Amino acid sequence: MAGYTSVTPEDLAHMLDVIGVGSVEELFDGIPAGVRLRRPIDLPPGQPEQAVYAELRRLAARNVSTEDEITFLGAGMYDHYVPSIIDMLMSRSEFLTPYTPYQPEVSQGGLQVMFEYQTAISELTGLPVSNASVYEGPSAVGAAAYMAKLASKRPRLLVSRGVHPHSRATLETLAVGYGTTVEEIALEDGVTELDALRAALSDEVGAVVIQQPNFLGTIEDVTALSAAAHEHGALVICAADPLTLGVLEAPGNQGVDVCVGEGQSLGNRLDFGGPSFGFFAATEKHLRAMPGRIAGETTDADGRRGFVLTLQTREQHIRREKATSNICTSQALNALGGVVYLSWLGRQGIVELGELMLQRTHYARETLAALDGVTKLHDRPVVREFALRLAVSDREAVGRVLERCAAAGVNAGYALGRSYDEHPDGLLVAITEQRSRADIDRLAEVLGAAVAAERATVGAGATA
Amino acid sequence: MAEAGYPDELLYHAEHDWARVDDGVATFGITWFAQDALGEVVFFDPPEVGSSVTAGEFYAEVESVKAVSDVIAPLSGEIVEVNTALADTPEAINDDPYGDGWMVKVKLSDPDETTALLDRDTYVAGL
Amino acid sequence: MTEGRNPQSPQQRERATTIFEKGAPGRRAFRAPDLDVPAVDGLIPAASRRAASPRLPEASEPEIVRHYVNLSKRNFDLDSGFYPLGSCTMKHNPRLHERVAALPGHARLHPLQDPRRAQGALELMFELQGALAEVAGLPHVSLQPSAGSHGELAGLLLTRAYHADRGEQRTKVLTPDSAHGTNPATVTMAGYEVVKVALDAAGGVDLDDLRAKTDENVACLMLTNPSTLGIFDPNIEQMASIVHETGATLYYDGANLNAIMGYSRPGDMGFDIVHFNLHKTFTQPHGGGGPGAGPIAVSDRIEPFLPRPQVVRRAPSNGGPPVYDLDEDRGGRESKSIGKLRGFQGNYGVFVRTYAYIRSLGAEGLKDVSEVAVLNANYVLARLREKVGDQLPLAFGERCMHEFVLSGAPMKKQLGIRTLDLAKRLLDHGVHPPTVYFPLVVEEALLVEPTETETRETLDQFVDAVAAIVAEAAQDPEIARNAPYTTPVRRLDEAGAAKRPRVRQAL
Repeated sequence: MAGYTSVTPEDLAHMLDVIGVGSVEELFDGIPAGVRLRRPIDLPPGQPEQAVYAELRRLAARNVSTEDEITFLGAGMYDHYVPSIIDMLMSRSEFLTPYTPYQPEVSQGGLQVMFEYQTAISELTGLPVSNASVYEGPSAVGAAAYMAKLASKRPRLLVSRGVHPHSRATLETLAVGYGTTVEEIALEDGVTELDALRAALSDEVGAVVIQQPNFLGTIEDVTALSAAAHEHGALVICAADPLTLGVLEAPGNQGVDVCVGEGQSLGNRLDFGGPSFGFFAATEKHLRAMPGRIAGETTDADGRRGFVLTLQTREQHIRREKATSNICTSQALNALGGVVYLSWLGRQGIVELGELMLQRTHYARETLAALDGVTKLHDRPVVREFALRLAVSDREAVGRVLERCAAAGVNAGYALGRSYDEHPDGLLVAITEQRSRADIDRLAEVLGAAVAAERATVGAGATA
Repeated sequence: MAEAGYPDELLYHAEHDWARVDDGVATFGITWFAQDALGEVVFFDPPEVGSSVTAGEFYAEVESVKAVSDVIAPLSGEIVEVNTALADTPEAINDDPYGDGWMVKVKLSDPDETTALLDRDTYVAGL
Repeated sequence: MTEGRNPQSPQQRERATTIFEKGAPGRRAFRAPDLDVPAVDGLIPAASRRAASPRLPEASEPEIVRHYVNLSKRNFDLDSGFYPLGSCTMKHNPRLHERVAALPGHARLHPLQDPRRAQGALELMFELQGALAEVAGLPHVSLQPSAGSHGELAGLLLTRAYHADRGEQRTKVLTPDSAHGTNPATVTMAGYEVVKVALDAAGGVDLDDLRAKTDENVACLMLTNPSTLGIFDPNIEQMASIVHETGATLYYDGANLNAIMGYSRPGDMGFDIVHFNLHKTFTQPHGGGGPGAGPIAVSDRIEPFLPRPQVVRRAPSNGGPPVYDLDEDRGGRESKSIGKLRGFQGNYGVFVRTYAYIRSLGAEGLKDVSEVAVLNANYVLARLREKVGDQLPLAFGERCMHEFVLSGAPMKKQLGIRTLDLAKRLLDHGVHPPTVYFPLVVEEALLVEPTETETRETLDQFVDAVAAIVAEAAQDPEIARNAPYTTPVRRLDEAGAAKRPRVRQAL
């Protein structure tokens, strides 16, 4: 026997004897002949640990990670520093290997982590109730829209074009199931067009979805957008970048009903897109309509403080087809990383980090916009990310510019044309605490040269 | 928790609900048997005042830690009052199912429906 | 009962305090990089500036480490003890997987990196798609769903798209009474109505009831096979033909795939869509409730509707090595894809671990997994039947696949202790209890799944512990009724928590 099993021939003989069968195969007699696999599984033979390690190293070496280049790529996931204590705590057996805390007496560690996590998310978002995590950012937006649909029964959903394209795409996919239309509200000058929102609103709209800062890094006037939505009784769902909430007002203080978002920037690795976690917080009246696990405080038979999964009647294993969501396994370990990160960052740290990103974003934006052939997409205030316009011919030309930058060891950012047809010449640049002034200056040098080279090539082509 | 009991003066529905009719208005609740089967009640989700209920159909939900049950209306009519005190003290449904644990008051639309309900002895015989 | 209460353990004496109650004003762990650019005022409009900073903890690094390490010790975990939680497949988590997933080339790869500079990741995903397709017996795979329930939602949205493409608006989805709660919850989210199918006396789907309920309004039958009762449904071929005759799809909940690898494949049983729980069958650590991943495999007729992006392999015309790419499919009229279910490409970190597991085990090893899982389950079952068969009889049949369901109803009647009491008393024996009160169709249910990675000695100890608790209850049922005694906290007031919810630390 191979792998991670431990049955010796003596064990096998004894166990078969106890069961009362002659062979292991006999235990599979219940599988009808017509659906039997009559050949071995067509996969390569197993390998020893060192060979598998070598294979996974070979594959890792074919990827260019954020350790291999100076990266300004963001667009939803960011290259923040993950403190060493997170690796240590997330790899502890006691956090890594249990499952959902169905037996609270032996799960107080995990349950208290959830309770602390919920507290931290409530503080960040300014909303009193948080669940213990959902899958990730865009599906959290989808979950919020489902909650709004169940609460309002209204058939229309409005979503700002400033919301992450993956979130909008996810909403489109899920809305087919829960029966809402999804209509987009355009951006003007980098922010959600308030007049367009007002014009689109009606009493048929269950929720308005916005993002802060939006996909272009622009700071939205959340208060004004919320007020407009509330005039028609629509809920306001705001996707937020949690690491900007040290400097940006808490969405809960700006009229937002449900604040969700991608938690990766809180102490989670990039991992080529997951696993990370999604957070989900709301006003008190939505507590019993929330999706997912929620930890609550209580006492034990001797009066000790303790924690349990609470309000489980919301969930699929009890309420079944009437459940608030179908979610079961979510992202507990990643949420642990999140709350440890927020504890490590601390009350002062989250403001300092936000301020640092704000200042470096400003510096980078001004520095790059001063380059020949590079302009700002708009002049509105931004934090952590901003959009530029490159004076090159089209989306393919932006691709060539990025390729030149990559060859110089710099990942200059995200080509906006990948998801915004109206910005084929757009470039989205992300800033973290890991990108120093020297890195930004290096980007300016490389990007300036790449744009110049592209323009020279096209110019030469035109005259030829 | 209250002692097992089924007051004589109430009318019963086989789904373990009771009604106390007084001058065209009925008070509804669940029986001792129902609260005992459910276990400790932690939440009562009332209907809205002004909404209508139909005999034999559910009008509210009552929850224990690990179960949700629909509460069935024994008679039809319009909700004129809900027991808002249950929001803070849902345990009244266990402690005093025929008193403080009442759920709604209903202005009956068809008082003759009471003839279809059970008296105490018939209901208890069916348990 | 005072056993275990006096004297109390240090953990029991300690009052739980959260990280928010520790630390002191001004204390910190994080040190910000120096501000190396000119400071500029007024970058955020006054109305958008945060007025009061979030009240996060103020604690030093040593304080944080000690807090969370001590918290971790208030958890029971798979590395420390037996965890036969039925339906969850709590098998050993190889640490090789953590090591390779942490390699910077995997862990620090940005999801929007140009595919030309993410060839290793895309190759891994492509190869994993192929391996999962082979295990499922279905040719096409999407890795995108984040967990089993997410895979179910994908499956029903695919079903909806498939029928819509044929001009049909079907309204109902069939699920058996024994289904996981995620099945009916998913049906509602996908805009369908749940129709329950009854079980027959042997615990399988009642074919007559299935026939009666299958009509042209049925979009899909969702099924777990072997079922949550640990039984391989012998009528699976008839079921598939009943459902397919009306044009409906057949969805396989892969929660119990650990029982049949190398013996049978959902595709060969007639299923159109399968989800995998990579955190179950393919041993992603459960993390206290995630992360997982729920890839799906589908038949040819479902393929056009798969979520995007898909990983594709292209052979260059010059005969060079293959190139991997993400097929983003930006929509458009010709696209039939249901679109995206989440951001980016899925839980890649989970894929790395799964790939390593499949490479380590190979074809033989995967079959061995299922054989030993079924062997271990039947061994525990046989020994329990011998020792406590009167009090805890098997709910259906004589043997089982990888898990089995006992009914605690006779125990409750004879000894006055419930399945819950047995579970709580097991905690004092250092065992994580099996799943309790699921499936719902069995009274006082106890769902036991030992998995293939446990030794015979551990299985014996578990049987002995259950037998000891039953014998103890015959003498004094109060002991189990008040258990546990040795855990960091004792039975918790769940009703109190639900009546007056406190879901965050008061600050």
